[in-house]
Amino acid sequence: MAEQTLPDAGAPVAATRGGLRQWIDDRFPFSALWAAHLSEYYAPKNLNFWYYFGSLAIVVLAIQIVSGIFLVMHYKPDAALAFGSVEYIMRDVSWGWLIRYIHSTGASAFFVIIYMHMFRGLLYGSYRKPRELVWIFGCLIFLCLMAEAFFGYLLPWGQMSFWGAQVIVNLFSAIPFIGPDLSLWIRGDYVVSDATLNRFFAFHVIAIPLLLIGLVGAHIIALHQVGSNNPDGIEIKANKDARGNPRDGIPFHPYFTVHDLFGLSAFLTIFSAVLFFAPTFGGYFLEHNNFIPADPLKTPPHIAPVWYFTPFYSMLRATTTTSVHLWMAVLTAAALWGAWSLRRRIERLVVLAVGMAFLLWAMATVDAKFWGVVVMGGAVVSLFFLPWLDHAPVKSMRYRPKWHLSLLILFALDFIVLGYFGISEPSPVGYWISVSCTFIYFGFLWLMPWWTGLGTCKAVPERLVYHPH
Amino acid sequence: MDSQRRIWLIATGAATCVVGAATAVPFIESMEPSAKARAEGGPIEVDIGHLRPAEKMTVLWRGQPVWFLRRTPQMLSSLNVTQSLVADPLSHRTAFPTPAWAQNQWRSIKPEYLVVVGICTHLGCSPVDRFTPGPQPSLPSDWQGGFLCPCHGSEFDLAARVFKNMPAPDNLVVPPYRYINDRKILLGEYKA
Repeated sequence: MAEQTLPDAGAPVAATRGGLRQWIDDRFPFSALWAAHLSEYYAPKNLNFWYYFGSLAIVVLAIQIVSGIFLVMHYKPDAALAFGSVEYIMRDVSWGWLIRYIHSTGASAFFVIIYMHMFRGLLYGSYRKPRELVWIFGCLIFLCLMAEAFFGYLLPWGQMSFWGAQVIVNLFSAIPFIGPDLSLWIRGDYVVSDATLNRFFAFHVIAIPLLLIGLVGAHIIALHQVGSNNPDGIEIKANKDARGNPRDGIPFHPYFTVHDLFGLSAFLTIFSAVLFFAPTFGGYFLEHNNFIPADPLKTPPHIAPVWYFTPFYSMLRATTTTSVHLWMAVLTAAALWGAWSLRRRIERLVVLAVGMAFLLWAMATVDAKFWGVVVMGGAVVSLFFLPWLDHAPVKSMRYRPKWHLSLLILFALDFIVLGYFGISEPSPVGYWISVSCTFIYFGFLWLMPWWTGLGTCKAVPERLVYHPH
Repeated sequence: MDSQRRIWLIATGAATCVVGAATAVPFIESMEPSAKARAEGGPIEVDIGHLRPAEKMTVLWRGQPVWFLRRTPQMLSSLNVTQSLVADPLSHRTAFPTPAWAQNQWRSIKPEYLVVVGICTHLGCSPVDRFTPGPQPSLPSDWQGGFLCPCHGSEFDLAARVFKNMPAPDNLVVPPYRYINDRKILLGEYKA
């Protein structure tokens, strides 16, 4: 248990090494970086299953970059040649099929891992003070990843690539005033064409990956500044030994590098199984329609994005005139409640009334398609505010009321249900379920200031709960 | 800091921001449709003089099939029959806005010539011609002639107006066009 402590070690002795290591250290802080981020980066000793996904995400990023480099050696970003060059990679390039399937399976694996990684954050309150910036960098990484996946999906120039891009770019034309010009600017032509393919290629292989790598660096630097959270949500830095190291922490290297290697081998087993036995995953990782070359004159009967976008796509599809009216009712109720709490501050009340009147006018007049885009974007943007929405006195779900955990599980299931209906063909039942799930999604996040304060939390122990094997 | 220096610092900083923003302009504008794309997507002249009555031709414009149908008086009179059967007889819906000069029963400038984009407003398939009136497979027995979308069975009359309770939410899109003379249409430009 937590009480089993080793005697504190004495203060470290600074030693000069000599040799190559010292030669490098005099010119580049290799040892200092190694110590700061690995050998003397103290991580909580009770990190569990959920903590594999951070390091796995880095591995998958590396897999995607390496396999991507080799794909670019054979791929041709030209509307007349793109589809053929992908088939060429699949059939004629030595091991081309393997590299391409690694890249396509890696894309789906990346999202599985990131969704698990984000769920971990929600479970243990990892986004809360002092880790707000870790969370925000993470949300930016998620945005970049979505952009990267979207741009990349056009490149095979299949039917789903083409029509998916057409539908998504056309969404921007729903924005009042600037919309049509904006979507024209994004495409660089009146339809998704060679110009669009070329720029999406540039974004996919250069712009977004650079941004992604930079953000991952920022995410890790911010994390190492504040230290990792843990399943107990306790700050291990609050309890340090004589050397100034957390008593409940163990050096990342070698303890967690070895621990993560185990997670990595488990992951690679599953990854290889998918890669070799079900690379298209029954049409979910690589859609059937995408094995037909893009044809601007013939739409596939059912356009659906790849599975990782479908929860958001569902919210988009569920935003019709009817559900915009529901939103208006909900927002009016929220504004009335706000007005009641501001009743003694006239100026703010006026601002609220004017703002709300404008919003209701806009919602009544602007096309529902635009609000669909707003809802879809809002679903991602809302995540950024999480550190300030959560008012629970305790970080980890372990010490929060049981029903808080139930709500979180409901939120996760809600996301999966949205995803399911985003893949399915439109139906009235699916529509109403998607509408309800959209409200649950936003309700869970934006009602947090209210519901996270309710209920009694358990007492948080001073030291980590740790059961040695 | 010395106030004189601070002023210069602010001034040079502001000037740098302006120049930086100005430098971004060429890069942003480079992403606009190129002269080539604009030329290919610009208005095109379409010769309709050779169309015989009840003949339809398709022109590819901006990657979309645009139909030109020369309607016979019988075809035009069928629009009176379908008037009460179509979802939006005068094209008032705004999801795919119809230009004001085509918000009429025949949905065109001159009733004789129908000009529409041949892409179904449901999911973008291209409907097929079913001009012969009367009962026939997959169409109602009082069929007056029109278009049928093969993908999900949306039916349109001879003014490309969608019938009620079809998967397609709207009438087919009327592209911008104007007459140069009686035999020629400029496709892609509005002015009447």
